[in-house]
Amino acid sequence: MKTKIKFICNSENVSAEVHPGLSLLDFLRKNLALTGTKEGCREGDCGACTVLIGEFGGKEISYYSVNSCLFPIGDVNGKHVVTVEGINTDELTIVQESFVEEGASQCGFCTPGFIVSLTGYFLSNKIYNPNDAIDSMDGNICRCTGHSSIIRAAQKSAEILSGNITNHIDHISALIKSGLIPDYFSEIPKRLKQLKQEKISEEEKVVPNFYIAGGTDLFVQKWEDVLKNDVKLLSSNGISSTIIEENGKCIIGAAATVSDLINSDIISKYLPHLKEQLKLFGSLPIRNTATVGGNIVNASPIADITIILLALNVVVHLKKENNERKLFLKDFYKGYKTLDLKEGELVDCISFDYPAGNSHFNFEKVSRRTYLDIASVNSSIYLEITDDSIITAHLSAGGVAPIPLFLKKTSEFLNGKTITADNVTEAAAISQTEISPITDARGSADYKSLLLRQLFYAHFITLFPDKMNVKELA
Amino acid sequence: MKNYDLIRHVKGESQFVDDILVPEGLLYASVSYSKIAHGELININIKDAIKIKGVRGIYTVRDIPGENQIGGIVPDEVLFATDRVEFIGQPIAIVVADSQLIAMEAARKIEIEVNELPVITDPREAFKADQLIVPPRTFNLGNIDECWHQCEYIIEGSAESGGQEHLYLEVQGAFAFPVEGGGVKIISSTQSPTAVQRVTARILNLPMHKVEVDVLRLGGAFGGKEDQATAWAVMAALASFKLNKPVKLILPRQEDMIMTGKRHPYSSDFKIGLNKGGKIIGYEVTFYQNAGAAADLSPAVLERTLFHCTNSYYIPNVKATAISCKTNLPPNTAFRGFGGPQAMFVIESAIYKAAEEMGIDPLEIQNKNLLDEGDEFPYGQKTENCHAKITWRRVEEKYNITEIRNSVNEFNNNNNIYKKGIAFMPICFGISFTNTSMNQASALVHVYTDGSISVSTAAVEMGQGVNEKIRQVASKVFSVNIERVKTETTNTTRIANTSPTAASSSADLNGKATERACLNILAHLKVTAAEILNASSSSHIVIKDEIVYQDGTKTNLVWNKLIKTAHLKRVNLSSHAFYATPGIHFDREIEKGKPFAYHVYGTAVIEVTVDCLRGIYKIDSVKAIHDFGKSITPIIDLGQAEGAIMQGLGWMTIEEIIYDKKGELLTDALSTYKVPDIHFTPDVQIEFLKNSENPFGIFKSKAIGEPPLMYGIGSYFAIMNALKQFRPDARFNISAPITPEKVLLNLYSKVYANIPIQ
Repeated sequence: MKTKIKFICNSENVSAEVHPGLSLLDFLRKNLALTGTKEGCREGDCGACTVLIGEFGGKEISYYSVNSCLFPIGDVNGKHVVTVEGINTDELTIVQESFVEEGASQCGFCTPGFIVSLTGYFLSNKIYNPNDAIDSMDGNICRCTGHSSIIRAAQKSAEILSGNITNHIDHISALIKSGLIPDYFSEIPKRLKQLKQEKISEEEKVVPNFYIAGGTDLFVQKWEDVLKNDVKLLSSNGISSTIIEENGKCIIGAAATVSDLINSDIISKYLPHLKEQLKLFGSLPIRNTATVGGNIVNASPIADITIILLALNVVVHLKKENNERKLFLKDFYKGYKTLDLKEGELVDCISFDYPAGNSHFNFEKVSRRTYLDIASVNSSIYLEITDDSIITAHLSAGGVAPIPLFLKKTSEFLNGKTITADNVTEAAAISQTEISPITDARGSADYKSLLLRQLFYAHFITLFPDKMNVKELA
Repeated sequence: MKNYDLIRHVKGESQFVDDILVPEGLLYASVSYSKIAHGELININIKDAIKIKGVRGIYTVRDIPGENQIGGIVPDEVLFATDRVEFIGQPIAIVVADSQLIAMEAARKIEIEVNELPVITDPREAFKADQLIVPPRTFNLGNIDECWHQCEYIIEGSAESGGQEHLYLEVQGAFAFPVEGGGVKIISSTQSPTAVQRVTARILNLPMHKVEVDVLRLGGAFGGKEDQATAWAVMAALASFKLNKPVKLILPRQEDMIMTGKRHPYSSDFKIGLNKGGKIIGYEVTFYQNAGAAADLSPAVLERTLFHCTNSYYIPNVKATAISCKTNLPPNTAFRGFGGPQAMFVIESAIYKAAEEMGIDPLEIQNKNLLDEGDEFPYGQKTENCHAKITWRRVEEKYNITEIRNSVNEFNNNNNIYKKGIAFMPICFGISFTNTSMNQASALVHVYTDGSISVSTAAVEMGQGVNEKIRQVASKVFSVNIERVKTETTNTTRIANTSPTAASSSADLNGKATERACLNILAHLKVTAAEILNASSSSHIVIKDEIVYQDGTKTNLVWNKLIKTAHLKRVNLSSHAFYATPGIHFDREIEKGKPFAYHVYGTAVIEVTVDCLRGIYKIDSVKAIHDFGKSITPIIDLGQAEGAIMQGLGWMTIEEIIYDKKGELLTDALSTYKVPDIHFTPDVQIEFLKNSENPFGIFKSKAIGEPPLMYGIGSYFAIMNALKQFRPDARFNISAPITPEKVLLNLYSKVYANIPIQ
């Protein structure tokens, strides 16, 4: 399978005929000989392959970082790809200079990824602060420096640029002038418009072997298979990525990314803590590409977004050509990686009722490393409370069953109960009867059972600190 | 002054093996390896693999023209399995194909028939089955059997420390191509160019001069490319030699993790005796090293474990025994610290357990037993310029320990869920290869007619900044602008018979060799200058900042003119020089001697916060006073210290290698093996110990690569300290890494047992 693509890579226009499922990383390194982008792990866990993608979001071009090892080349069609080579100017840029001055590079293998991530932060934001600058590199691993010098370099860059960039009308020009990026960036909007965006030609009658949404898990598990098969990119298949409110419901397009959730005012209004909690999901480049629909359909028993959505009791909207079908997410999973999904059906969107005013929501996740790690156990809770009594309870748990688990019995038990240590302890004990964890690289079965109990307590201690404390429960 | 390597790094211009522009006709290689940890190898079936379109060749043990042997210290390791397989990941064959994808697919199609044998993954089990790599060794000091009656407290226990994946960001790889006359040239990502050269020559049955090895730079190594880069380079060379084509072999990350060895896990028993006042009287320890299936560097790692068994403490009666146990895991290998961290972890564990019994803070015992000037180590060397106590005192003062302890206590009194803990960690680390013969290096320096300078040494740049340090040396000796100096690739035709870049000593050894080579040329230049200036002797001549001074007076003779004139006068502007560390020796018959040129000292205090509800933790800070000697490149040395500390913290906390009973690695990807990320990074503060000048290091500096890693050990005990605040009566087992899983099970396992589970 081959398809035509046209995009701008750094300052050059590129057109090629390639398999749309080829990773951007391989295309950059092998076809374009841009070797500054490195392959460190091919699973989005090291960030050495980080590049920026620029595309129109409204009037301006917005740039975001992605792991090029997990990014299908078909999805760069009509976009601007920026590698470390495309950041270089005659002199060192502010970010590069800061890295050199602070000794924030040792062996140098991870360095281009860090440079790209941090440059991307300054490109994609207009107000800078050192902590956010550091957060932008949460998908980059350096094994040499221990990151201290990188933190100093980021702080230094943020400090310099904060002084230079204040509410400039033309953000890009200001950044060029400040020495963050080369001149050619100013021409990109015009050039992208000129670039005739070619639709990837699809063999409509052929059912593809792989649908690719964000690709952040598919490319980890099956990148070789992808290349040998016919694929369809959902981004060009009419699946929406918008998040809207309609008739008391929130509707999230299946192609919405985790970053879209984080940046959504609608989500923030009703689930104000979710923004912070979602920082525990992957890394910035992963969040920029991983989709809500992909997270659900991938059916990983430990999927963070799915665990959250289970507690929100979302409805999944499936579509096949003109047929639509709806079902609760909690009824979607039939067994390990087995879904109630008919051939040709795609997840179109999800919807859920707005959390009521008397509601409480929490998400807990524990992994070996706090950030950019897959949970040992995660859990979410949604409660509606009237007069001290729970009137609705939805609890979910990941990593403790073959599927992302809706804790049915535990949720039912809590209905009508008051929030006391005794009830919480009893509910925790019931939750233990619903699970069947296994021992694997993320922990022993015993640990996962214990951890779920602890996270269950953590929900109540976090939501009702006045009614509950660790001594009563532990 | 700018580190020119860094300027290339930040622009993405630095080339690693996989970045080198490939020649026409390049072929790609993939390795087929055993999926069974132990068994007799009956048959290798390549029928299905060889049929795949695009496959150019498949090579097994039968295709080796020379000797199928890659062992360094002990000849016990084959390149390709012959009649048995001994670990999962052991290479069986190499497939060469037109593309990486085809090579990988074909490698997976190779099948082996194996009569399975029992698998041993535990070192103590291996010991019981008499599976040893080399005979055990014992170091003695004083009289251990007679000392126990002097002790008020005698505590026995055991301690486990886990392995550690190097996780160099650049995976193992090499690129080989044939050269005229039947030779081969290899671009390898190795710390040991000479090892690659020697083993390639042995495998291909060539004289060493027909094998050229070139190393540009490594994308991290940490010991993982000292012995274990060799096999891949040799395989690429073998394929290239067979096909007469260029061949590239880059291991995919997962295969790298499965096939290569890691830091040695240790299981150890200790017995420690103290008097009433907390003075350690006796220490007896037995280390069971999990060596994996072949010796690799294990005997040398084992030796360093013995050298560092008492860390920074003077203990008058010591008996330390170390046993290298053969298991069915990939051969474990060098990793920053090289057995030292494993030894230090056990003495710190013994002190922790003793303090627990005595009802005091471990730091009281640590403090009372620090090394003093002239104290004897168990291997007979005595301390010189000992900085154990001075760094400890300076930590107390500089970081205001009283205040830290008060604020920790206050925090713990006010928090139920979160508890803070602190620990001190002093370190003492010996510098030199413990194999005395390896402490040699050479340098080749050219001054070109335009005044620019080229330096070749045995040192491999792998992020430690040795290139920059060597540039400093040349520029200081000649007193010229550092921009004039370029360091070259490490190449076996320019610098022969090299020791690996390891043991923290490459700047010392190669720096000294460079200094000598530069001094040789400088001597010629001074003679030339004296002639030009009609001075009676070159002793009147000094070159300073590229200008020639005669009897202290500035002349018109500048560097460029001097060089040009010297060339016209047929003066030698090149020099090759050699350096061997003087004064070191060690007698393995009696296990005594002076193996180290000097020691590096320091002390750190580590503070952590544990979430006792969820079992997770944050390392808040590491504050150290470190003895850098007189640092020639403070920014590089600081970076080395910060990076080493983080690897030590990772080893003790979240980095966990899990093999199942069948010897299969469960943590074979970055998604399951977690190293510290940017959010893990604590507040790291490091003060350079003042007035420390080291006469045995290059320009009075001290080696820096390995020692600070061991500060990380303190994080284990800081976490234990915090757990104690939540469960004061608990007695925890000593088992590193202290993962979130272990924290939670430690805190709740008892309570947890009461909860019914179905």
